[in-house]
Amino acid sequence: MSNLRSPLSQVKGHGSAKEGTSHFWIQRLTAIAMIPLVLWLAFSVASLPGMSQVDIRNWLSAPFTAVMMITLLLSGFYHAKLGLQMVIEDYVGNHGLRTIAVIASTMLCVFLAILGVFSVMRIAFTA
Amino acid sequence: MAEFRLPSNSIIGPGKHFPAPEGATNTRTVKVYRYDPDSGKNPHIDSYEVDMDSCGPMVLDAILKIKNEMDSTLTFRRSCREGICGSCAMNIDGGNTLACTMAIADIEGDITIYPLPHQPVVKDLVSDLTNFYAQYASVEPWIKSDTPAPPDRERLQSPEDREKLDGAYECILCACCSTSCPSYWWNSDRFLGPAALLASYRWLADTRDDATGDRLDELEDPFKLYRCHTIMNCATVCPKGLNPAKAIAETKKMLVQRRG
Repeated sequence: MSNLRSPLSQVKGHGSAKEGTSHFWIQRLTAIAMIPLVLWLAFSVASLPGMSQVDIRNWLSAPFTAVMMITLLLSGFYHAKLGLQMVIEDYVGNHGLRTIAVIASTMLCVFLAILGVFSVMRIAFTA
Repeated sequence: MAEFRLPSNSIIGPGKHFPAPEGATNTRTVKVYRYDPDSGKNPHIDSYEVDMDSCGPMVLDAILKIKNEMDSTLTFRRSCREGICGSCAMNIDGGNTLACTMAIADIEGDITIYPLPHQPVVKDLVSDLTNFYAQYASVEPWIKSDTPAPPDRERLQSPEDREKLDGAYECILCACCSTSCPSYWWNSDRFLGPAALLASYRWLADTRDDATGDRLDELEDPFKLYRCHTIMNCATVCPKGLNPAKAIAETKKMLVQRRG
């Protein structure tokens, strides 16, 4: 059935959401932040004396290591949340499905970030 | 929704073969997408053996020759035949370009011609660009200024400020860029696409226009602007050598800069 709404009216739709710039900017900031963080992680793990549970716990319980690890987790999962949202918005056309997928992926990222931070803190404070 | 598979009524079947005229020794095969929605049949590919000894050098020359001498039912748009009207934009040899500026000699093997990708087809190589034109209109591509123009002359602009428009004003609205953009394929109902965003930037960069803030307000949207992921197909295919992706990046930069 033909749509009687004018093409310009369809394009204008509900107008601008007046957002997207924060998403764009934070996605880049977290990406840049992860360059030194991931390099630090790679070099730190490579220079560990051993890979036993005791070695890892000792390493992770040092204040600097724990803080760097928590920063990496927060930055990484924030970046993942933004990236997943972008992919879902690109490829999921159905509005309801898209909203559910974005909410679910956001919750998953938040949950994993909290889980990671809690795990690091537990090791840091109980070692 | 992203469409990774053709709908059943869009699956392309084999078509007719039009052999070269007798005595032709130097021929090239042109394979053309044919579709007539009114017929109720699926699209098909017709192949034409074109006598190159009596054909001009460009792809447009070949399809004009086909229409004039071999098959008058072939439908396509063309007008200026010199790359300034943008009418003959189509997908040639796998890339969007203008048939009039694409040399046959630059194509190896058979010459395949399809309409611009992911647009409704009116007939054969004519795609429906209603949405594309509406998107262009939606960015209000005209000067907006609360400052009255001087009564005795045009609005002045320094040569340096005028240079900022280079690369933005030359767009001929052929739609090669927008219809080559995957983000546009998946979300053309909301993403404005490279052509409209380049047109918008042409006015954002114009020092005589004082509606920059309003224009940026209108673009600041996850779909209208931020679907662009710098895939760069737009810059690759632009038959005028423009770079819409750079204009979009500049627009994003302006939006970031005005925050602080």
